[in-house]
Amino acid sequence: MVEPVLRLDRLQKKFGALVVTDDVTLDVMPGELHAVIGPNGAGKTTLINQLSGLLASDAGTIVFDGRDITAAPMHARAALGLARSFQITSILPRFSALENVALAVQARSGSSFRFLGRAAAEAALNGPAMAALADVGLAERTHVPAGELSHGERRALELAIALAMEPKLLLLDEPMAGTGREETARLVDVLRRLKGRFPVVLVEHDMTAVFALADRISVLIYGRILASGTPAEVRADPRVVAAYLGDEME
Amino acid sequence: MALDLAIAPAPARGRWSANALPIGMFLIFAVLPLVAPVAGGGYLVSLGARIMIFAVAAVALDLLIGYGGLISFGHAAFIGLGAYSVGILSAHGITDALIALPTALAVSALYAFLTGIVCLRTTGVYFIMITLAFGQMAFFTATSLAPYGGDDGLTIAARNTVAGFALIKDERVFYYAVLACLVGSYFFCRALVASRFGRVLRGAKENPVRTATIGFNVYRFQLAAYVIAGALAGLSGFLLANATEFVSPAYMSWQRSGELIVMVLLGGLGSLNGALLGTAAYLLTEEWLAGFTENWKVIFGPVLVVVVLFARGGLIGLWAELMRRLGRG
Repeated sequence: MVEPVLRLDRLQKKFGALVVTDDVTLDVMPGELHAVIGPNGAGKTTLINQLSGLLASDAGTIVFDGRDITAAPMHARAALGLARSFQITSILPRFSALENVALAVQARSGSSFRFLGRAAAEAALNGPAMAALADVGLAERTHVPAGELSHGERRALELAIALAMEPKLLLLDEPMAGTGREETARLVDVLRRLKGRFPVVLVEHDMTAVFALADRISVLIYGRILASGTPAEVRADPRVVAAYLGDEME
Repeated sequence: MALDLAIAPAPARGRWSANALPIGMFLIFAVLPLVAPVAGGGYLVSLGARIMIFAVAAVALDLLIGYGGLISFGHAAFIGLGAYSVGILSAHGITDALIALPTALAVSALYAFLTGIVCLRTTGVYFIMITLAFGQMAFFTATSLAPYGGDDGLTIAARNTVAGFALIKDERVFYYAVLACLVGSYFFCRALVASRFGRVLRGAKENPVRTATIGFNVYRFQLAAYVIAGALAGLSGFLLANATEFVSPAYMSWQRSGELIVMVLLGGLGSLNGALLGTAAYLLTEEWLAGFTENWKVIFGPVLVVVVLFARGGLIGLWAELMRRLGRG
């Protein structure tokens, strides 16, 4: 029997009286792309924030790679191999695209308490960073300050940062948010190529992208998992259609 | 080369400013004692030494503000701790730099470490206030040190000896020792901001959440930077005590901390060169204005406001802009 990479057990989060994550139980298998969908305000981003450690959980457990990380801080989870992208692009705007990714490589290769020696000249950092940029189609844009990249390119850069962390699990929070049709298609392509290298939790609004990519889909409504299964099962589930997909598919 | 330039971190704002400015300034400092006897004698040499001593502290402060985004309002406390290390040791008959200098560095680094543990739990305006509070704590502690002069400060009998020799007793030798300390501190900081460590520090300033999710414990890096900057300010204090042969609580007043921030802002943040230029500009303007009116602050204040308002990158930015326009025209 294959162990899941990530297992959430009855996870909870309350903001005052509002239960945003309500007894969420979910697992992600090795190599699987597990999509979490749901209407606005369903608590998808909150769930991702709990997974990455940006928000503390009120109850329940998160087991990642055989370890209970429910109480671990953000940087410790990242060090264990949990990489994430943000719904609102989170990059270092005044760093070049390459330096953004090289910083992520640096987190994985040796101590960063090195006070001498030019980091920008280290081939051991620039090499993997260039490879990750090439993976997302940014090979031509390595020296552009990240703040000057187009929106779609920034989304791709975020993906490259996550790749450079050599993740054991990738958390993607709406990677297609705000991108044009063409850019979305390009990102779907990139994700399809990356699929299988590591498991992915994908939170996304673009249903075309989700159904094109996901191995399994969980539907989150008002903080609860309404249904979970393969794309075909979820599409056919009358409860899901009634609660969410009905409007979304029109 | 194009590749190299693009990856190069912050200092490469204007091509000329990255190297020409600091090297030019160091050269001017180096020849000053040689031409000073003609121009104005000991006064110029001691003014030059004073500028260089504060430049050491200002460069360290730029490391925190310009590269770490940590606006420390208590930087003068570390200068004071360095200076008091010299003064107190000397009051007990320990007058050798081989003991006084390591003590000054260790005491200021330790105070930075202990206070940094608390200060760096906060951000933004709270960080400014809590560094100010710890600075004032050091200040009031010094004023209450009755055995060491209290409010009035403490006169040091003589400059530190070096391994028993009265080496820096000579004004010129001392001057060049100060220059060596400044050049060393400056290039150490230059290396630091381009290193792996410096990259994490700069990343944490740009986007702390992103830097943490990549896997860095931002707090530890900021604490290390705070300790390094504290120790460098301690070095500045060690030199200041030896320059004036006197230590006083005024060295660590909050006004002094504010002046240091103004020096760095005036020169331009986040280039280290700005800190050099700003310190020189600040102290020279102060000296010049004080020469013809005792109310020089009335003139100096508005000048600072104008510079901060209209020259966003400080004097460094102003100069780069000027060069750009001249280049075009």
